[in-house]
Amino acid sequence: MQAEAVRCRGLTKRYGEDTLAVDGLDLDVRRGECFGLLGPNGAGKTTTVEILEGLLEPSGGDVLVLGRRWDADERYLRDRIGLSLQQTYLPDKLTVSEILQLFRSFFSEGRGVEETIALVALEEKARARYETLSGGQRQRLAVACALVSDPELLFLDEPTTGLDPQSRRMLWDVVLAYKANGGSVVLTTHYMDEAERLCDRVGVMDHGKMIALGTPEVLIDSLGGRQIVELSLDEGADVDAASFLPIDGVHSARILHGRVTLTVEQLHVALPAVLSALDASGQKLTNLSTHRATLEDVFVNLTGRALRE
Amino acid sequence: MSEGPGSRAIAIRELVLFRLRLFYREPGTMFWTFGFPMAMSIVLGIAFRTQEPDRIPCAVVRNEASPRVEEILRRSPDLSSEVSEEGAAGVALRTGKVALVIVPGAPPAPHTYRYDATRPESRLARALVDDALQRGEGRADAFAARSELTTEVGSRYIDFLVPGLIGLGLMSTGFWGIGFSLAEMRTKRLLKRLVATPMRRSDFLLSFVVVRALLLLVELPPLLVFARLAFSVKVHGSYGALALIALVGGLTFAAMGLLLACRSDNPQMVSGMINIASFPMYLCSGVFFASSRFPDALQPAIRALPLTALVDGLRAVMVEGAGTAGVLRELGVMTCWGVGCFALAIRLFRWR
Ligand SMILES: Nc1ncnc2c1ncn2[C@@H]1O[C@H](COP(=O)(O)OP(=O)(O)OP(=O)(O)O)[C@@H](O)[C@H]1O
Ligand SMILES: [Mg+2]
Repeated sequence: MQAEAVRCRGLTKRYGEDTLAVDGLDLDVRRGECFGLLGPNGAGKTTTVEILEGLLEPSGGDVLVLGRRWDADERYLRDRIGLSLQQTYLPDKLTVSEILQLFRSFFSEGRGVEETIALVALEEKARARYETLSGGQRQRLAVACALVSDPELLFLDEPTTGLDPQSRRMLWDVVLAYKANGGSVVLTTHYMDEAERLCDRVGVMDHGKMIALGTPEVLIDSLGGRQIVELSLDEGADVDAASFLPIDGVHSARILHGRVTLTVEQLHVALPAVLSALDASGQKLTNLSTHRATLEDVFVNLTGRALRE
Repeated sequence: MSEGPGSRAIAIRELVLFRLRLFYREPGTMFWTFGFPMAMSIVLGIAFRTQEPDRIPCAVVRNEASPRVEEILRRSPDLSSEVSEEGAAGVALRTGKVALVIVPGAPPAPHTYRYDATRPESRLARALVDDALQRGEGRADAFAARSELTTEVGSRYIDFLVPGLIGLGLMSTGFWGIGFSLAEMRTKRLLKRLVATPMRRSDFLLSFVVVRALLLLVELPPLLVFARLAFSVKVHGSYGALALIALVGGLTFAAMGLLLACRSDNPQMVSGMINIASFPMYLCSGVFFASSRFPDALQPAIRALPLTALVDGLRAVMVEGAGTAGVLRELGVMTCWGVGCFALAIRLFRWR
């Protein structure tokens, strides 16, 4: 049986005396799976991924990548993983195809430069220097550098941050195609729609710990309801989250930044009940919105904080 | 599609191409490599060009005997004299416009020479004036000496300067071309990205060395041709010895550049270190004037500097016509620096 793509136990990373960036993390990524790491700024996502990539030394714990250890099999692993860092500057004066040619030359196997350029739709820019590329084009090139070796395992650290919706969707297709060919992916992201779209499983990190792990559906189901109702009440209104719980169909209620957030099972049942309850207590509604529950709501529910603040 | 055993060579070729492209696509490096030494030799070559020997200016104080003195002095090819009032002549002497003031005496009263004996030009003027006047009054020469005048190519300042500038150029391209660009690669996390591939670290460092050696090939000939055409600076020794010295020097400074940038990820810090490392050599290694002018106590230290060795070696070959055997000491000094710095740089190098 093939070893898991990634397996780590009790992973910790300490910076200096008082920063514990990763705090006893256990993580398994299966072959052929796309695993997403979510979490707010500073949660420890990049630190975790860079340890898995063999670029940072862990302070403690055990890491196996493709069934091997970094200290024993660095060359083997380097030849088989592809990665893009959260920030990379490539050489300004080189063109897109020269950069890919350079990266390709380090690997014993891989795909052609032109094919890789086509993969990230940079054909028009193949002869353009890196310094002339837009931010999104640079990010696509960074992903292309990760793919030029046709790796078994791909690490992408915030691959679509700052991209326009079209480029994001294009990169999603690249990742999905890579996965369809049997590749395994670990990616970090702040975008819930991205995680829901790409990832078979996600792990939510906060303060260096994994606070939730599972498929996006299971995590969303764990909220107990699939719809979210958000209300704002007249200023000065003194509301208690608990006062909403007895209402029929309301699973949970919390107050965040002065807004009431309710998790409900069926909107058409719960909403009229909520409105009439407010009416009865004489409180005035200033705003009301509803949406389908997302991983964002899972995070808020777990931590009481918004994912992007 | 495996590429088998050839792939290592492909990686090195790509790394070398990468460095070369960065070099020739950066206008700044092109200027510092080619433009700067040429501009420098033009400016200094003009400032220190060999001139016709000037006539030495003297003043003759006007009195009844001055016309006779003035007439004799006018015949001298080495002197230019003017007759002026006593006060004006004194001012001209004090301000250095004339080297000597002659107060003619009506015979039998003697002439008086006024001059500052600490000025070599004034002492020379006294000898020339006295000689001219004595002869003009009929003194016979004991014998007629013959003069042989030479302005030998090879002994001019420009002949001294060109090897110095070549050495200086090799030092700064080594330091800046390697040290600075490494620091930049580290700051921009390009080094980290490269290390995340299976690239062999030795291949990466090797590419720097190979590119330095290749650049020497294109760096040196234009400078030599230029110096030859503009100033008739010739290479008296063998081109083989010259190439060897330049190669060893170039690689030595490349290794030092590697060492200067082996840990820091701050380009300002690295440029500071490069300046600190270059400054003493800039001053003491005899680029612009002979390092032998420094006190004897400092000589062993100065001669142990790699730039001194490089510049001395280049001069020995270009000016004195030495062969490889004549510059073994210089080659040895540079090799010690190069190997030592390289070994240290590899040990200390920070890849992430
Ligand atoms: N080199 C470092 N030295 C000291 N502390 C560090 C270093 N790198 C990261 N940290 C700290 O470790 C914690 C985790 O950082 P990390 O970059 O892993 O977060 P992240 O989840 O990737 O955040 P983001 O979403 O902003 O990219 C942060 O508190 C950060 O300040
Ligand atoms: Mg990060």
